[in-house]
Amino acid sequence: MIAALRKELLLQWRTRAQAIAVFVFGATSLLLFSFAIGPNASALRQHAAGFLWLALLLSSTLTLAESFHAEMEHRALEGLLLLPTSPRAIYYGKAIANWLQLALLGIALVPITVVLYDAATPRLGSLILIILLGTAGISAPGTLYSAMTSQTTRGKQMLLPLLLFPLIVPVLLAAARATSLLILGDPMEQTASWLRLLAAFDAIYWSLCGLLFDRVVEE
Amino acid sequence: MESAAIEVRGLSRRYGRRWALANVTLRAERGEVVMIAGRNGSGKSTLLRVLATAIRPDAGSAAVLGYDVVRERESVRRATALLSHYSYLYEALSARENLSLIGGAIDEALARVGLAERANDAVSTFSAGMRKRLSFARVLLQRPDVALLDEPYGALDPEGFALVDEVVAELRTRGATVVIATHQIERVAAYSDRVFTLDGGRLRA
Repeated sequence: MIAALRKELLLQWRTRAQAIAVFVFGATSLLLFSFAIGPNASALRQHAAGFLWLALLLSSTLTLAESFHAEMEHRALEGLLLLPTSPRAIYYGKAIANWLQLALLGIALVPITVVLYDAATPRLGSLILIILLGTAGISAPGTLYSAMTSQTTRGKQMLLPLLLFPLIVPVLLAAARATSLLILGDPMEQTASWLRLLAAFDAIYWSLCGLLFDRVVEE
Repeated sequence: MESAAIEVRGLSRRYGRRWALANVTLRAERGEVVMIAGRNGSGKSTLLRVLATAIRPDAGSAAVLGYDVVRERESVRRATALLSHYSYLYEALSARENLSLIGGAIDEALARVGLAERANDAVSTFSAGMRKRLSFARVLLQRPDVALLDEPYGALDPEGFALVDEVVAELRTRGATVVIATHQIERVAAYSDRVFTLDGGRLRA
């Protein structure tokens, strides 16, 4: 798995211009969402968490859809599968690399959200933890579905969000609620329970998707 | 009794409604060099891909060194290496980085295929012939007991042709079985132990 992860990180580094483009897309989305609310500071702050996660979700489909491009270009994934390595190691290498990329993207979008939505929070460590857990919940099924849709010849860009979005509703809901509590205040101390829910979904997705990857990529 | 290197019985495989392989039966012993001849679309690549476990057969059975290609996929993969007409390479990675996914004596393999000086260059800067050589290095690093070579001479220059001949001879000396699907019929027939010809997915007598 280490070799697979190293390969993924190398590929991401060599194609880092794409990551910058995805960040610009996410930042632009946040800007456009703020226009939709208008110059109402209270409303902006109220919706900041939801829009941060929406921007991250939309950006993540670009990242995830691209993650199997290099694998399909010269059937490199088939070449890997024909080696005596576990398909699970290939999956976890890619899913972890996608997770790191999405988590970094999420963290990079935080200052934009703070500026545009006046959504500062003193609990930065908790916010990073939510981003880590939330992006883990997106990247695990996202990597699996990206593998699935990358093998289709038509409509792959459309198929990925169609399959992924319904599945990650619980993750998105928990991440947005927990983030919102951090920004707006948490008098009832509910953040921890949302974090536990996120961690539970992450555990389910990461174990289940690892088991299913073999069936998705093997003919 | 030791199992055959390759044992194929009534093997069929279709793409959509077209049968790429239809009821193919053949056998090759260990240590042999086997040529699969046939026109474009005759089923040569499909046969090699089934033997390498890249695709599953629709009917019949195939075994490599006694391991069934469907039920004992991992064992087959440990024993075989496929030189496909897909390069299996990552464009953004260097030659060395591509080979590091397999491991082993990478520098030695790169030198063997004449790419030692380009080891750290990205594959995207390579010509078709150089990519073929790098794919060959992949096969060498796997140290297969059964090497499945699909058009090994394709895209290569005369020097590359000689390299393929030498590598096949080396594999044979090591006791490996080599299956070559090719259009270079005269060249390969000169050193093959068996020749099978496919025509429209069927084995021609």
